[in-house]
Amino acid sequence: MAVAQENARPEGRSSSPFWTIARRDSLAGFLFIAPQLIGIIVFVLIPLGLVFWYSLHEWNVLANTFTYTGAQNYRMLMEDEGLLEVLGATAIFSAGLVIFNLALALLLAVLLNQKLAGIAVFRTLFFSPVVVSLVAWTIVWGFLLQKNGGINGMLLTFGIEGPNWLREETTAMISVIVVQVFKNVGLNMILFLAALQGVPKELYEAARIDGAPTFKQFRRITLPLISPTILLTSIITIVGSLQVFAQIAVLTQGGPGLSTTVLVYYLYQQAFQFHFFGYGSTLSILLFAIVAILTFAQWQMRKRIVFYES
Amino acid sequence: MRADISPRAKVALYGVMCVLLIPFVFPTWWMVTSSIKPISDIFAFPPQLVPQSYDWTTYSKVFELQPFVRQYWNSAYIAAVVTVGTMIISSMAGYAFARIRFPYANAIFMIVLLGLLIPSEVTIVPLFQMFLKAGMVNTHWPLILVPIFGAPSVFATFVMRQFFVTLPAELEEAARVDGLGRFKIFTRIALPLAKPALASVAIFTFLHSWNLFLEPIVFLSSAEMFTLPQALTQYTDAYGGPMWNIQLAAATLTALPVLIVFIIAQKQFVEGLAHTGLKG
Repeated sequence: MAVAQENARPEGRSSSPFWTIARRDSLAGFLFIAPQLIGIIVFVLIPLGLVFWYSLHEWNVLANTFTYTGAQNYRMLMEDEGLLEVLGATAIFSAGLVIFNLALALLLAVLLNQKLAGIAVFRTLFFSPVVVSLVAWTIVWGFLLQKNGGINGMLLTFGIEGPNWLREETTAMISVIVVQVFKNVGLNMILFLAALQGVPKELYEAARIDGAPTFKQFRRITLPLISPTILLTSIITIVGSLQVFAQIAVLTQGGPGLSTTVLVYYLYQQAFQFHFFGYGSTLSILLFAIVAILTFAQWQMRKRIVFYES
Repeated sequence: MRADISPRAKVALYGVMCVLLIPFVFPTWWMVTSSIKPISDIFAFPPQLVPQSYDWTTYSKVFELQPFVRQYWNSAYIAAVVTVGTMIISSMAGYAFARIRFPYANAIFMIVLLGLLIPSEVTIVPLFQMFLKAGMVNTHWPLILVPIFGAPSVFATFVMRQFFVTLPAELEEAARVDGLGRFKIFTRIALPLAKPALASVAIFTFLHSWNLFLEPIVFLSSAEMFTLPQALTQYTDAYGGPMWNIQLAAATLTALPVLIVFIIAQKQFVEGLAHTGLKG
């Protein structure tokens, strides 16, 4: 490796006036970050430039034409009625996912923070779906959610006739959200649990002496002190929700209609199923803009909402 | 947290947790048990929570219908290469951003962090074109190079940086007095201390690579090149409907090894994730 050679230079070299410690450090710094920086340029920044360039073109793969059309793809974006539905589905999916995920993660973390025998076993079990292969997890839920599948079978033993979960608009959306939440809520749960364990116990002691009820302790002490973690998990979860693809592809293929077609899935269909690479690139720019705006907005909120940062 | 939980509250807490566990644990149980039921029983009513008879031929069909061993190997070796590669790249970059003063360090760090804002889904179209031009479509290169060097590794670099920032400066000064150069300080002093952070990077990276789905279906087209997630969805009948028992058997073979490793090493897993710079 280049860095090793640098340091393996004969001693006489280091005493020469040009290679001061600061210079050697600068060189080492550049060599250490070089692979990552070059990687980001080649696999992130150049593709980002290209995707913008493509978005200004009409690209017909079959006829092998690539014509500059300026803002035409963006006008198409405005007039695409399907896209409105897609953005609606994306918003419902992301909002539902984030709210359900964070609420459940916080509830589980509070439960797991109790001093009970065998609590580590519960922690392991709640976390276990995180390590189950994503597509395997999705397949078994798809199997459970069939019209005559396990869930409706259970319901029927109680005399309830269940819906055809994945073939009706509302239940399909609920299904994809629920499957994703149970898969990954363990990650946020662990982060919340670590944050809860970082809250100084003396604060609760003091509150109890003052006679503050438990829910008030939670609202006034716990929530403000773990607010940095809430912000961090909400950013990670929202950005993650915009990347959800496999679950949609396996469970509903975006259906019924466009009801579970989230933006990434729509992008994939336009670019790789219908070969509209130009329009697919325009959708990529839209996705990028949404991720950037959401991240920026949440980062700004930090100043107003987050109580304390270490 | 509080030592004074009454026995009645304890019972209630256990009860609540057991009910909440159902959607976390039951699907895995259902996957394993359904995969060994005869096809006639998998949609039986009432549902058979424990299989009443067994049919192991499903498992041999998994291997007959697709080159499943080859696909297993593809997923395993790609995940291993990506994990080791990411650990090397991200620990070096994370160390430099945390501990070495060099010109434009902050500006470069900001550029690298852009990777967090630009998920690979955004750049999948140009990445496909780039790898097409390079003749690397239907090879594993895109699934190896992009995660190690591109956006997915930025999170790992961030985690490593957050860890190295917390190291006391005296350690390095002492090493410097002993005449160690940067690279040796990194490999002999900093890296051994970074084991918990490296472990959580390894876990995240492995799971990310193991679960990749969009990239394989975009880049790979022949069954011998497929990775597991993609292969699982290919067990379909002539009408494109899933062959449930075979899919579940293949899913079981995919999920169980990782699950078993996790249960053996769960303490390192969970605590590693909780105690690295992720706390915010």
